[in-house]
Amino acid sequence: MSYNDYEIVMGLEVHSELKTKTKIFCGCPNEFGGETNTHCCPICTGMPGTLPVLNGTVVEYALRAGLATGCKINMFSKQDRKNYFYPDLPKAYQISQFDLPLCYAGEVAIEVDGKPSLIGLTRIHIEEDAGKLLHEAGEGSLIDYNRCGVPLIEIVSEPDFRSAGEVRAYLEKLRSILLYAEVSDCKMNEGSFRCDVNLSIRPKGQKELGTRTEMKNMNSINFIVKAIDYEAKRQAQIIDGGGVIIQETRRWDEGKGITVAMRSKSDAHDYRYFPEPDLMPIITTEETMEKIKASLPVMPDIRKALYLKEYGITEYDADLIVASRHVADFFEVASKTAKNSKTVANWIITEIFSRLNEDEKEEGKIPLKPESLGELVNLIEDGVINSSTAKEVFADMWDTRKAPALIVEEKGLKQISNDDELKSMAQEVINENTKPVADFLSGIEAAIQSLMGQMMKRTKGKANPGMVISLLKEILGGMK
Amino acid sequence: MALYQLKAHVISALIQNKEMTSEEITKAFLDRIEAVEPKIDAFITISSEEALKQARAVDVKIARGEKLSSLAGVPIAIKDNMCTKGILTTCGSKILNNFIPPYNATVVNKIHAADMVILGKLNMDEFAMGSSTENSYYKVTKNPWNLKRVPGGSSGGSAAAVAADMAAFTLGSDTGGSIRQPAHYCGVVGMKPTYGTVSRYGLVAFASSLDQIGPLTKDVKDMALAMNLIMGHDPMDSSSAPIDYPDFSKSIGEDVRGMRVALPKEFLGEGIQKEVKESVLSAVRVLEGLGMVVEEVSMALTDIALPAYYLISSAEASSNLARFDGVKYGYRAKEYDDLIDLYQQTRDEGFGDEVKRRIMLGTYALSSGYYDAYYKKAQRVRTLLKQEFSKLFESYDLVLTPTGPTTAFEIGAKVDNPIEMYLNDIITVPVNIAGLPALSINSGFDQNKMPIGIQLIGDTLKEHTILKAAYAYEQARELPGGVLVEL
Amino acid sequence: MKITKEQVEHVAKLARLNLTEEEKISFTKDMEAIISFADQINDLDIDDVKPTDHVIPINNVFRPDVVVPPMDRELLLSNAPSQENGCFSVPKIVE
Ligand SMILES: [Mg+2]
Ligand SMILES: [Zn+2]
Repeated sequence: MSYNDYEIVMGLEVHSELKTKTKIFCGCPNEFGGETNTHCCPICTGMPGTLPVLNGTVVEYALRAGLATGCKINMFSKQDRKNYFYPDLPKAYQISQFDLPLCYAGEVAIEVDGKPSLIGLTRIHIEEDAGKLLHEAGEGSLIDYNRCGVPLIEIVSEPDFRSAGEVRAYLEKLRSILLYAEVSDCKMNEGSFRCDVNLSIRPKGQKELGTRTEMKNMNSINFIVKAIDYEAKRQAQIIDGGGVIIQETRRWDEGKGITVAMRSKSDAHDYRYFPEPDLMPIITTEETMEKIKASLPVMPDIRKALYLKEYGITEYDADLIVASRHVADFFEVASKTAKNSKTVANWIITEIFSRLNEDEKEEGKIPLKPESLGELVNLIEDGVINSSTAKEVFADMWDTRKAPALIVEEKGLKQISNDDELKSMAQEVINENTKPVADFLSGIEAAIQSLMGQMMKRTKGKANPGMVISLLKEILGGMK
Repeated sequence: MALYQLKAHVISALIQNKEMTSEEITKAFLDRIEAVEPKIDAFITISSEEALKQARAVDVKIARGEKLSSLAGVPIAIKDNMCTKGILTTCGSKILNNFIPPYNATVVNKIHAADMVILGKLNMDEFAMGSSTENSYYKVTKNPWNLKRVPGGSSGGSAAAVAADMAAFTLGSDTGGSIRQPAHYCGVVGMKPTYGTVSRYGLVAFASSLDQIGPLTKDVKDMALAMNLIMGHDPMDSSSAPIDYPDFSKSIGEDVRGMRVALPKEFLGEGIQKEVKESVLSAVRVLEGLGMVVEEVSMALTDIALPAYYLISSAEASSNLARFDGVKYGYRAKEYDDLIDLYQQTRDEGFGDEVKRRIMLGTYALSSGYYDAYYKKAQRVRTLLKQEFSKLFESYDLVLTPTGPTTAFEIGAKVDNPIEMYLNDIITVPVNIAGLPALSINSGFDQNKMPIGIQLIGDTLKEHTILKAAYAYEQARELPGGVLVEL
Repeated sequence: MKITKEQVEHVAKLARLNLTEEEKISFTKDMEAIISFADQINDLDIDDVKPTDHVIPINNVFRPDVVVPPMDRELLLSNAPSQENGCFSVPKIVE
């Protein structure tokens, strides 16, 4: 069977670390990195006798994530123990949620090649992250519990994915929603946004699902896409060769570009979930839900539609702007001041983005007041400065944070729009440049550019270009 | 009367009135421990130096005229499953034979805050699993009334230490009767407070939904003081009840006339030692003499409570004890091939048979395919049992039962028969399952001169009702024939 | 209920207990006795009764999101059977 005759079926489990100040069950700082085992206490290292107490902000953030993805909320929710032995899990159980997760039945809208679709979310539950195993040189594996107890939400999707492209679009969308809701910083390189992919294939048209494999803990969208392609082909080859797929956990080996079965996690698990006796139920009221809903920002999809309709910017520009909530907020405030939103969008995408690195762009760390950009745009629109002067003003504004009008004033950058002054200057230029004048009069229209250049030179670029052109044309017209 | 025979409230008065120093009292107890510990084996760790240091520090404060708690300077001892910073805490297990906690349990912090003196850590069945203290990795504690008999368990060390005057009072923990049953065997007062009223933070967990710390004392007055010491809301324990806690000393001496007491007939029938039954009936007459009304009732679910208890407690234990794996603390096997082998060897060598049995049962009850039939079903039984008690407490203030079906048995008599051992808890476990408070107090002796205890069960948070009835009973009871062996 | 040696082996594996042949035999016997005893609860038809997970009716016990200083690392690691470079250490794990 040709590879193209198979359909890939995938479901995703995304783990996203919540950006609370402290861990989920103790007061240790929730910070990435740090010296090994310095963000720890008896509770998060599972010492005998210790007890967990739930961080209230974790519940709030998980509800934010749920409501931002259209989930329903379990008004009665509880926590459960998931039992297994592994050195990164000091209690030998992970406190997670089993049958009553905080959120369920949500959806995320995606678009691939202009084709929109909906990905169903089965559930979002809260749980604790495990520690880190360091497989360095030396005889043993070392354990650092700094990450142990960092709050996570696990977002489980329905098996709705049929292509790596959909997975990419979903992950990007989900990430932007979580960033908008301000519950996670979603830094894939720091592991605060990770993804497990459950993948099976079946002949196109077949209803039953094939046996799936699980690829765990991938933290780069590019790797995920590559891993999916590889794994789907691997499964197709096995089936074509008359083999059967073994249900197992596999790991993406980026160096070799292949997926490999994980030995340590391959033995069949029986997690023996049961309700966590040390933690009390979580009851969510309508009132809490309404409060959280009201505090959520407008999500990227809705903003994009608004930008296209009301602000008249292009889809390409809108996508770039809504990618970060803070950039979108910046755009909206700047647009309120500015007379032209398209120009605002242009300045953000060209001038501002070129000055930010990737992280700053994503976090929307723009060191300017949005009103300042709006004012700058208005200075151009009102003909106070021309666009090349505006670049100079912008550069100054970026460095000094001064208001653009002040910079224009101080540097005397106002364009010359005085009719008489420009008229006499134009007459001089025409008198002194006989060649281009003759060319123009003989029908070579472009020759006027040379005269224009002369005018700019004399005014140090401050002349209003529209005015100069019409003056030149007026005088030259009289000479015909 | 020797100093070590004094009750805690008497010692407290002596110290507060500057008639004695804490150091003198503490020394008297340490000497007593030195003299009788070889026969009783109640302690795993005796912290003489720290105790004397604490005592002297209290004396300095008193001399300075500082206002201290009413228990300041009083020497106590605690069960070895409560974490004491810097002091070995073993849980009676080999797997924690070298564990020095880096933090204090909340009750230990309360003891320090009250300026009390900790004499040491008391022997117990390994991880509190047992009814005889024979399951300790370290030693078998003897019953001070007859050294050939068990003190009960799992807080056997805590009960024996009080009975043998080795501490003014002690703390134990009660998951299925582990305070009340040894109190009954050793002739002292033992109380399990309402679940959620004493912080479990720092109590090494056996079964989280059942465990509760409680005191073992010489009399009811001391019990009230001890309850005042340890009860209270703790933000470190999510199951801690956020309520106003009363002063239990006020329950002492309150009028008990007209109190209504239920007497379930199921606990006076088959399997109950004749003298135990007689002792309960004589207690009934004493209560009636005090103006209380005692009525026979029926409790249908008594049979089913014990299996439900063993399922719930073992399931929770199998999870709670999984952390003992030789990685972060405690014992690690000397030889192993790889990580899994390290886990298995460590746990195989580190846990005793009874602990392994319960881990196996609990793992089984939670495992795929059995969860609904065992664990979940046991939690349903819990609902029914709670309802049954609630119904009783609509009409009665207290429920009266024997504390255990028999008096203390001989060391070694039941070690080979787990089920028979489990049956010792049949009357105490319903209380834990329903989360209720209950107290055991001596009501007489059998023909072998072994103590007998009665159990008074109260409704949720009705400790004061139990205490006032127990105090009235204590004042009115007659105890013929009880003689502690010459130690 | 009949408990087989295979069941005992499976449960022991889940619980990370390394039972000897003798232990397997005695545990099979004990487990069978204890499970039969526990099976008494299966004489009851109570599937419509709600399970009680907590005996006390408390909900929403939350901690404020405020940092508490972590424990000194030396103290934290002071009970470790084996440590290296400020970490707990275990035999090398092969993924
Ligand atoms: Mg998970
Ligand atoms: Zn911590």
